[in-house]
Amino acid sequence: MSETYIARSSAIAARMLAGEMMVMNSMDSTFFTLNQVATAIWQAADGRTPLREIVRSQICEQFDIDPEQAQTDAAQFVADLSQHGILLVSDQPMRDPHAPEER
Amino acid sequence: MMPAANSRRCVVEIGGIPIALHADDEQFLALLRQRYVGFLSSTPPELELDLDLTSQGPVSDDDVRVRREGPEWLLERGDFHARWNPRTGRARVRQNPNPYALDSVLRILHSLVLAARGGFLLHAASAITSGATGAPARPLLTHREHAQAYLFSGVSGAGKTTISRHAPPDVTLLTDEISYVRPSASGYAAYGTPFAGELAKAGENCSAAVAALFFLEKGPENQVDDLSPSEAVRRLMRNILFFAEDRELVEKLFATACDFVKQVPVRRLTFYPDSRVWDEIRHFEATPAHV
Repeated sequence: MSETYIARSSAIAARMLAGEMMVMNSMDSTFFTLNQVATAIWQAADGRTPLREIVRSQICEQFDIDPEQAQTDAAQFVADLSQHGILLVSDQPMRDPHAPEER
Repeated sequence: MMPAANSRRCVVEIGGIPIALHADDEQFLALLRQRYVGFLSSTPPELELDLDLTSQGPVSDDDVRVRREGPEWLLERGDFHARWNPRTGRARVRQNPNPYALDSVLRILHSLVLAARGGFLLHAASAITSGATGAPARPLLTHREHAQAYLFSGVSGAGKTTISRHAPPDVTLLTDEISYVRPSASGYAAYGTPFAGELAKAGENCSAAVAALFFLEKGPENQVDDLSPSEAVRRLMRNILFFAEDRELVEKLFATACDFVKQVPVRRLTFYPDSRVWDEIRHFEATPAHV
């Protein structure tokens, strides 16, 4: 089974405000407010950890969610945000645009 | 007798940022002095605009385009073309000889300067409600130490002019159209602007700490409601005047909007369009600890 890898786009500004994660695409100023589950996925989107692993370790262990349902919801969430250019999706590991430059 | 070196310029200071306007056309300068009368200043300018007037033409309804080109900002619309170098502080403006074009250039320049400094221009009326007038910090720009400024934001038709029109006599109007907001030692301060809306009246050239931002909606009765922080940021970003296609500054504005919402109470004000809305604002003002 092929894996899905996700990374945050470099065109994104994000701020946690009063417990809510706000994400803005600075190219077109579109906004999203992420719930707790979506925030956990967003924060774990490092380009190297497979989505399946993120859902297993970050979502199923922290939230009381059926694992199969969690995988389906996460896939939908990732598809939505990638359509808006918020998340980058690949079947290969990729570099996190927000990570510091490696020397 | 030799003319004074500064005779072909005037300095317009809005929000504490003095901008010198140089023009060869004395008649046009006289028009500018009249237009910005409450905002003329003798402070050394931070920015210098060389105005090159073109032939008479209509006011343009074209979209504004603002983008970086090398070290300069390029500002364009049908009735003006300007290049501003932030490093030198100097801009060359080619425009129709109508003051509306210059109003637009000034608004764009202020929006760029403010964005970099953690402030913004907002589609909002603003007013100072109380407090004693402090000693003028500068001849024309008075900061009212103990006064409170309120911002009333919304798109055209939301009620900015209506709120302004119904303001009681002891309320000082900063603007009925475009509010000028800068960070201050204690939070954020609102400044008067000469940019008028339907009231066709320049604001007072003074400033005060921002006590609250209301997003306006007309309704059958007056009511103040909470907004979630994310909704407050969303509405704030929607109403900030910003024209530049520049990712870095947009991200800076987003950070500013989040900080503003953390520091300043932001509410929805549903109001019936008559003077009683000011009772609601007075009531809000009298209720401590909103944040």
